[in-house]
Amino acid sequence: MAVAAALSRALDSDLWWSFRRSPVTILSAVVALVCILGAALSPWLAPHDPFDLATLNLGDAFKPPSWSAEGDLLYPLGTDDQGRDMLSAIMYGARISLLVGVSAVVFSILVGVGIGLLAGYLGGVTDGVLMRIADIQLTFPSILIALLVDGVVRAALPRELHDRIALFVVIFAIGISAWPQFARTVRGSTLVERNKEYVLAARVIGISQLRIMLTHVLPNVVGPVLVIATLGLSSAIITEATLSFLGVGVPPTQPSLGTLIRIGNDFLFSGEWWITIFPGAALIAMVLSVNLLGDWLRDALNPRLR
Amino acid sequence: MAAFILSRILQAIPVMLVVALFSFAMFAYVGDPVAIMLGQDFTEAQRVQLVHDLGLDQPFFVQFATFVGHALQGDFGLSYRLSRPVAELIAERAPATLELAFCAALVALLVGVPMGVYTGLYRNSWLSRAFLTFSLIGVSLPTFLIGILLILVFSVWLGWLPSFGRGDVVQLGWWSTGLLTLSGLKALILPSITLGMFQLTLIMRLVRAEMLEVLRTDYIKFARARGLSNRAINFGHALKNTLVPVITIAGLQLGGIIAFAIVTETVFQWPGMGLLFIQSVGAADIPVMAAYLLLIALVFVTINLVVDLLYYLVDPRLRIGRGAAGGH
Amino acid sequence: MPAAAPITGPVLSVRDLRVQFPTRRGVLTALDGVSFDIAPGEVLGVVGESGAGKSMTGAAIIGLLEPPGRIAGGEIRLQGERIDTLPQDRLRRIRGRQIGAIFQDPLTTLNPLYTVGRQLIETMQAHLGLSDREARQRAIGWLEMVGIPAAAQRVDSYPHEFSGGMRQRVVISLALCAEPILVVADEPTTALDVSIQAQIIALLKRLAREKGTAMMLVTHDMGVIAETADRVAVMYAGRVAEIGPVRAVVKAPKHPYSAGLMASIPPLDRKVAHLSGIEGAMPRLSAIPPGCAFNPRCPHVFDRCRHERPELIETGSTRAACWLYDPASEKQAPELLRHG
Repeated sequence: MAVAAALSRALDSDLWWSFRRSPVTILSAVVALVCILGAALSPWLAPHDPFDLATLNLGDAFKPPSWSAEGDLLYPLGTDDQGRDMLSAIMYGARISLLVGVSAVVFSILVGVGIGLLAGYLGGVTDGVLMRIADIQLTFPSILIALLVDGVVRAALPRELHDRIALFVVIFAIGISAWPQFARTVRGSTLVERNKEYVLAARVIGISQLRIMLTHVLPNVVGPVLVIATLGLSSAIITEATLSFLGVGVPPTQPSLGTLIRIGNDFLFSGEWWITIFPGAALIAMVLSVNLLGDWLRDALNPRLR
Repeated sequence: MAAFILSRILQAIPVMLVVALFSFAMFAYVGDPVAIMLGQDFTEAQRVQLVHDLGLDQPFFVQFATFVGHALQGDFGLSYRLSRPVAELIAERAPATLELAFCAALVALLVGVPMGVYTGLYRNSWLSRAFLTFSLIGVSLPTFLIGILLILVFSVWLGWLPSFGRGDVVQLGWWSTGLLTLSGLKALILPSITLGMFQLTLIMRLVRAEMLEVLRTDYIKFARARGLSNRAINFGHALKNTLVPVITIAGLQLGGIIAFAIVTETVFQWPGMGLLFIQSVGAADIPVMAAYLLLIALVFVTINLVVDLLYYLVDPRLRIGRGAAGGH
Repeated sequence: MPAAAPITGPVLSVRDLRVQFPTRRGVLTALDGVSFDIAPGEVLGVVGESGAGKSMTGAAIIGLLEPPGRIAGGEIRLQGERIDTLPQDRLRRIRGRQIGAIFQDPLTTLNPLYTVGRQLIETMQAHLGLSDREARQRAIGWLEMVGIPAAAQRVDSYPHEFSGGMRQRVVISLALCAEPILVVADEPTTALDVSIQAQIIALLKRLAREKGTAMMLVTHDMGVIAETADRVAVMYAGRVAEIGPVRAVVKAPKHPYSAGLMASIPPLDRKVAHLSGIEGAMPRLSAIPPGCAFNPRCPHVFDRCRHERPELIETGSTRAACWLYDPASEKQAPELLRHG
């Protein structure tokens, strides 16, 4: 009963209304869903296991896509230099890309929301210092920050330890590069709430101010944080792909889309374009659809914009 | 004017110091420079001597001051990886990066601003919609993919343009330029487009948003009510007011070009600072990373200063000090 | 002094003007059947609450309705010539040249990046074909005329170097510099300090008289109207409720709404938020009642008001859109309204 009521309220909302009215948004939601499901369920959906060396057949290497003359229906998008099925490799790669992207965004939300609350709540010097750091960091592109963090961690850790936790290092580096935006939004909202009367009243009657603020601030920032997170997801995926393309991202044993593109790049000139282009297309589809959803969400949640 | 510049420079100093502190911390505490420099065989006496020579037995702030002092003289020590002075390495590669960044900025501004003005003025035309779709794709395409696609089309399929390197360069003193030879210019085309694309779409969106904002203002309405021509209103009144905020953000974005050069240089094997940096990250070559970080910070701070000056020239409201006549 | 246009009829004639806004939830009618004339040299005051359509009438006349607003019916004639159907390019040459406009907030009306002299010069050159030298001379002359001290120096100042009142003087000079035959002044004093309001009104009045310019003065301030206007139009919910000589409307309002408005004339220094004399609030555009738009709030309402929409009916020296003045109505105006 309650579920039905919630559902009917959701279907009646402005958000749903603007969603249904925009064919581009519906299309990007579908594409995003296909990408996410294909990636998440790759161990069950992919036609081959690209990591199972036993099934690799070097005789099948460099097969073009199935629709070209020398193509093989067994490998719909062709194979790479090892005879790996591209479609499967892409699905597994997208899984890594998505995993890193989502984890990094979650990480930066935690850091950003925490710092934003702290800065807004404490005010004064703490606020000044934290926001100044955020400002300085914001002047540099996030890719540079992520590269630096990655480089520093790489230099600080012994090599085998780094290899073992490389995936977490990348998540950490990307996450760190994106926290200031969340912090700023949350801080602004916290400042507004802090001066409202109920917070002062809470102090008078002895309830923890922090606690009452949390319960009031957090609902207010859900919208903006969601928008930044959606757009942040696409940029986290891009950053991860870029790091991996540069060879300093995820470890080669867990190739992401960026790794696949880097490997394929070597074969661009010998005519095996599909080894690069298909992972690239998958990356674009994923990022573009998430971006479009983010744009739509931003406009739908902000009535001032049309 | 002089006071204005001075105050801006004073504001920039803390930023540089914070970045320097970070670089120094990296330099001093990440990895073990002593172990790296000594190699496998050494005696305890050698180690102590090296620690002393490097000044690592000094208090933190003395070390930091020494680091800053050296940095000011352009001394960043030796690269762990190449065992050559970092300053020399960077000086060698700076011209390549700066020329590339300059051309990319040119592409971004010369294409981005007119596209933004057009889409702001004629927001419902099919061309505007095409531009906006293009910009959305531009924002969603990772830089390295743009490079790869351009290489695939213009180098591999069409064979028109080179896919890597700078072409022939001419040495002008210590500066090596690719702008004076045909092959150098041809080699610049694809990397410049690749590097400028993201900023181009961003500047276009920015100019469009500002243009729409300005066109809604009272003074534009009043200019229409005074019967000025559309040309005078759009390109005189509106565009000039659009420029004020656009200069700021576009300026900062152009700073990003230097940073994004890392990716473009990797794709096109462009022998610039970015390529040097990425090789250093891969090899944990801290001195090069620290120097590069400081250099980038310096570039950003300089751009900020130039942006402020431009701002000052465009907007008369800033030229009058506080306390001048003003209604409210 | 340039002579006013030959007196052959009204400078401005608005007939059955209808402005509509298509929106997500249907078409809103913001102005509905607005009609009035302005004679050469005459000052017509237009009053009403916020949202009554005063400013929109002005915007429609100068052809600068905010999209998606559009003129859906009626006509606007300037010296007998239809201007509401003119193409943008022709209309542009009328704006500034024949119809000047003054906006509410002088702080936002001037382009901050150009000197006031440049803004004056470009306006005059757009319409009068003057040389640079001549235009500059005239610009200084205009600044003097609107009372800017040291005009020869101030001509090269930027708007932010002037105070609010001085800026409104500049705006007035910009509106008048091409010597239009009609000025549409939309709340010209609302954004100003009370002490300055009177000066600006006096300046406007003097210049209009000297130049023989007709004026449409939009304001919610009855004090300003009483002092400045020759005739007044009272607007309510996008319609003209009453129109007539200022003296008659102020002293003896005929329409129950005007009566309420006059009863609640606020002190000069306060904006009208609510009219104490009348219960309730003006309806939203999406919910204008059938019949007379004022009927839910009217103390004299009767059956006919709820079904039939009243036209302007001649009564005494004014005309009021009220069934009380139709001899055929079952109810007639009470003594109080008849004689004020």
